[in-house]
Amino acid sequence: MSETNDTKPNATELDAEHWLQAYEQMAKIRAFEEAANELYTSARMPGIAHLYIGEEAIAVGICEALRQDDYITSTHRGHGHCLAKGAALDKMFAELLGKEAGYCRGKGGSMHIADQETGNLGANGIVGGSAGIATGAGMSIKLRGTDQVAVCFFGDGALGQGLLYESMNMAQLWKLPVIYVCENNQYGEYTHNSKTAAGSMVGRAAGFGVHAQAIDGQDIRTVHATARLVIDRARKGGGPAFLVCNTYRFHGHHVGDIDRPYRTREEEAEWAKRDPLKLLEDWLVKSKQAESDVFERIQQDVKSDVENAVNYALEASFPSESEVDRHVYA
Amino acid sequence: MSTLENGVIRSPAVHAPGERQITFGQAILEAITEEMARDGSVFIIGEDVAEAGSVFKVLVGLLDQFGSERVIDSPISEAGIAGIGVGAAITGMRPIVDIMFGDFTTLVMDQLVNQAAKTHYMSGGKLKVPMVLRTTLGASRRSAAQHSQSLHALFSHIPGLKVAMPATPYDAKGLMKSAIRDDNPVVIFEDKMLYQERGPVPEREYTLPLGQADVKRAGDDLTIVATSSMVYVALEAADNLASVGISAEVIDPRTTNPLDTEALVNSAKKTSRALIIDEGYQQYGVTGEFASVIADGAFYYLDAPVKRIGAMNVPVPFSPVMEDLTIPTAEYVVETAKALCG
Repeated sequence: MSETNDTKPNATELDAEHWLQAYEQMAKIRAFEEAANELYTSARMPGIAHLYIGEEAIAVGICEALRQDDYITSTHRGHGHCLAKGAALDKMFAELLGKEAGYCRGKGGSMHIADQETGNLGANGIVGGSAGIATGAGMSIKLRGTDQVAVCFFGDGALGQGLLYESMNMAQLWKLPVIYVCENNQYGEYTHNSKTAAGSMVGRAAGFGVHAQAIDGQDIRTVHATARLVIDRARKGGGPAFLVCNTYRFHGHHVGDIDRPYRTREEEAEWAKRDPLKLLEDWLVKSKQAESDVFERIQQDVKSDVENAVNYALEASFPSESEVDRHVYA
Repeated sequence: MSTLENGVIRSPAVHAPGERQITFGQAILEAITEEMARDGSVFIIGEDVAEAGSVFKVLVGLLDQFGSERVIDSPISEAGIAGIGVGAAITGMRPIVDIMFGDFTTLVMDQLVNQAAKTHYMSGGKLKVPMVLRTTLGASRRSAAQHSQSLHALFSHIPGLKVAMPATPYDAKGLMKSAIRDDNPVVIFEDKMLYQERGPVPEREYTLPLGQADVKRAGDDLTIVATSSMVYVALEAADNLASVGISAEVIDPRTTNPLDTEALVNSAKKTSRALIIDEGYQQYGVTGEFASVIADGAFYYLDAPVKRIGAMNVPVPFSPVMEDLTIPTAEYVVETAKALCG
């Protein structure tokens, strides 16, 4: 178990067509988040949202290695996970705007999108709150005897939560097919993790005997190759894994966190050079797998899809008042 | 408590003469065993539930019958196993999460209150959480402040959770079976002092609806609403009150959420007086909710203010002389009832 990436990315695992699909997924998430930001700043979205911009390679790299019947649990910064697992833009925006056509009929909002059909067991407003749920999904998979896998996404802030360690301990004891994905975007809200996380991040999981590694979360090739290995291993009964994906939150903690006084513009500029979309684009062009104009076309397409979805959501109806006490009990 | 047995065996409609008698603990085990045999998606997880058959020996034999895949000894990780329960429930299983002492439910608060209780609602009705969390309540085991509390009010407060607190073996079995079959998270509180209590339990298959109160003793002058082991306190008090010419009706809500408000109100309308007994702390306890329900629903029928008796508002002390002061007693109930009817 080392802090470094001990899995060699294998660029030949996916062909150019698949990498372009992955690029499109990342671009879709980026465009979605930019539109969410715009809806907030133009006061058309109730509440706030936590943007995933800068971290797209993790959700897409991992979800591209999953089957539709595999599970994910997500976080308050969860739009990217939901979309990468297959959620539709229009129902996502409708949920963000509190409309009845949304994934949760307007009852969940940005932080609670769940979509059973794509295996999304729900985003979560409690930091680290889904560690137990993902582990329970792993337990359920084991008891039902299927070869599904559950992925638990969480941020570095969740490293402060005891539930995560209780869960990883049990997952390793019982060899549950759960992949714990720590999106280390450096900050828990407004505090750098150097002030909140002592010692080694991967060492936390390694202490339980869980396969643990830290990887470059900006490079989708690395993320995807690593994901394939640990997911395949878990599917075959090899037990859980813990990935620390080093990344950066390009925007603030949420859409209203504009000044970001807790970090420097220089630091942001350094990370901006490692934009996950740009890294994939550069590699595909450099390795002559794609022409540069392809990327612009993809950008245009996803922006147009996002625009249509936003319009759909803006025009959709709010839930009727009679909806308020429905679904308290099943 | 055996003196009260006659008070419990009351309804010929439910219990046949000469019917089999088993303990409360056996009734719980029977319910879990039957449901596990009936439905392969039911499993139980908790500290010492398997090899040890639980710390109160209620689950002895379950491991042999169903194996370690479905009867799972867990680490001492209450939040973790509650989380596992939620995740397993969402994905097609019916877990029973065993939390040895009710006091330890404070460790699972996020998983129950923020996750289990809200998942169905927040997902717009798409996800369901059919899990049971079984735990205990009740003082008087000389176990001091962290192993003696009755914390059911905390969970009764939360929309999305159901809370059951059976008093008799018959109710324990019927409510446990319903809880396991229910598509919602249900917290079931078992009074650890009741595990050896015997009562009639039919051998035939039955379940009891969650949300239906039971008249444990019929009466005309005073309604005593009592939960869990306080039902026995109420029945003893009712016996004593009968000797001074006060006819008390004892109503056991059996579940605090959903609450059978109609049963409480109708009884209070009939008797015109109501007294509520519960072993949770009196302040902000379920007694307040019951009293409010009765005051609202039966106001014009009441001849006296609704009275309530909960546990004393102190941490449960260790020393027996002090501990016994903190929980409602039949003597105190009788005194209060006499004043109410005076």
